[in-house]
Amino acid sequence: MSSATYTRYELLRTVRERRLMIFGFGFPLVLYFVIAVPNRHMEDFAGSGVTAPLYYMVSLASFGTMMSMVSLGGRIAGEREAGWTRQLRITPLSPRSYLRAKVMTGYTMAALSLGLLYIAGAALGVSLSASEWIKTTLLIAVALLPFAALGIGLGHLLTVDSVGPAIGGTVSLLALVSGTWFPVTSGFLHDLGQCLPSYWLVQAGRVSIDGQPWGALGWAVVLGWTVVLVAFAGWAYMRDTGRV
Amino acid sequence: MPGELEAIRLEGLVKSWKGPSGPVRAVRGLDVTIARGETVALLGPNGAGKSTTIDMILGLARPDAGHVSVFGRAPSDAVKAGLVGGMLQTGALIRGLLVRELVSMVASLYPDPLDIGEVLELAGLTDAAGQRTEKLSGGQTQRARFAVAVVSNPELLILDEPTVAMDVEGRRAFWVAMRAFAARGKTVMFATHYLEEADANADRAVLLAHGRIVADGPTTEIKGRVGTRTIRATLPDVAADELAALAGVNSAERHGDAVILVCSDSDQVIRELLPRYSAARDIEITGAGLEDAFVRLTGEADDDEIPATGTEVQSAR
Repeated sequence: MSSATYTRYELLRTVRERRLMIFGFGFPLVLYFVIAVPNRHMEDFAGSGVTAPLYYMVSLASFGTMMSMVSLGGRIAGEREAGWTRQLRITPLSPRSYLRAKVMTGYTMAALSLGLLYIAGAALGVSLSASEWIKTTLLIAVALLPFAALGIGLGHLLTVDSVGPAIGGTVSLLALVSGTWFPVTSGFLHDLGQCLPSYWLVQAGRVSIDGQPWGALGWAVVLGWTVVLVAFAGWAYMRDTGRV
Repeated sequence: MPGELEAIRLEGLVKSWKGPSGPVRAVRGLDVTIARGETVALLGPNGAGKSTTIDMILGLARPDAGHVSVFGRAPSDAVKAGLVGGMLQTGALIRGLLVRELVSMVASLYPDPLDIGEVLELAGLTDAAGQRTEKLSGGQTQRARFAVAVVSNPELLILDEPTVAMDVEGRRAFWVAMRAFAARGKTVMFATHYLEEADANADRAVLLAHGRIVADGPTTEIKGRVGTRTIRATLPDVAADELAALAGVNSAERHGDAVILVCSDSDQVIRELLPRYSAARDIEITGAGLEDAFVRLTGEADDDEIPATGTEVQSAR
């Protein structure tokens, strides 16, 4: 009787999901080589302060990991449609263990996506000290919290038909505003981006130039969104399962 | 739970749902006790309140009034203790797992599950164990859902219309599996709208119509009560009471010039009816559909509130 076995099968199902493999893993990796290879000698890439291979390693990792997290919603909506969520509610699996398994699945997929891009980055000459690698990874992990909550919330709120476009649209828009495709260093988009956790996800790559790439604003935005979206996910879950 | 003789006790159970055109009173006061080891059919037409009742027994819905206990505890506690297994009415399987993996995944949530191979054999899935859940046929899917419901080795198994969408052979195999499980001394409750299924597979049937119990007893007895025929005839100027007194007539109703006689023995009734009331014409004899029988039984049980036609109950779920 353990939720570890349950989580293991959740992961197995997820790894077998082709769409996530393509958009969460394959797509960022291919784009990375397409974008970063021609620019691999740029030291200060488009005013970002870091080299192009480092910038794109983190920005595309932010895309892949965001996708890994938010696509939790697609699987949850599918499980609801199949009546599986109700089936689980008549097992001893607690809501806490259920949600923990979802979050852990999201993080595991994100870690795989991140690992692949780190390897690709290293292959293109990204070199960080051990502590910089760790710091970047930890910042990304923290900045993914609001996206885990967003995915869970959308999954319990939307139908299986509407959740796909909602996820795709949200992630693409966030990626655009937050500098995934190109650094956004000034103007309205920059101001808007600074208010979003995805911007700070991309900024985690600045560890090598200033030891604290987030500052107070970054932490406030990331943690603020975490609080808001965890509340949203909690509300959507309660509404869906009728525990209100 | 040890020593507890009652598997399920429902007392004064009431539940309404929010429907598109106002509240739907799905369950309107149920009192029933199911003893350990019984196999009970919850029999009723669509919208009778079967699924709503089951949802409350499983802790998926909270009663508006009344009380549910399962092995002497709250439903959610019985579920947490792994005493209850359920196969819900609507449901598919999650994708991306082999049948064996799916059953193992569910087994891992329970303290003392059955052996996976044993469950797959019981459910008739041994040959499909290595197949992906999304590749199963309709009947296999239902059997996999059955395996998910019994893998915990529950004391109480609840099945909500388990054979819907199965072919004849699939049904037969399914009930064999269910009876094999019940034979282990388990309590089983299943919802169905087929009288034959209840008759063949349960010791006792609880008939629901419009959210109330209209009959409760051994299946043989229930079958006698609802296995009736209806005679419909145009016959003005004869009091319904007079017709009701004919041998073989359970009840008589008048609708304008037409009379409707619910009969326990329609052959005998027609023999008496024609010589005595030669004006009777447009005679139709129909085997009462279960739904008609239920509506009639509800009428008997509840004179002050004759149920309307089935329109309001269609949206109960």
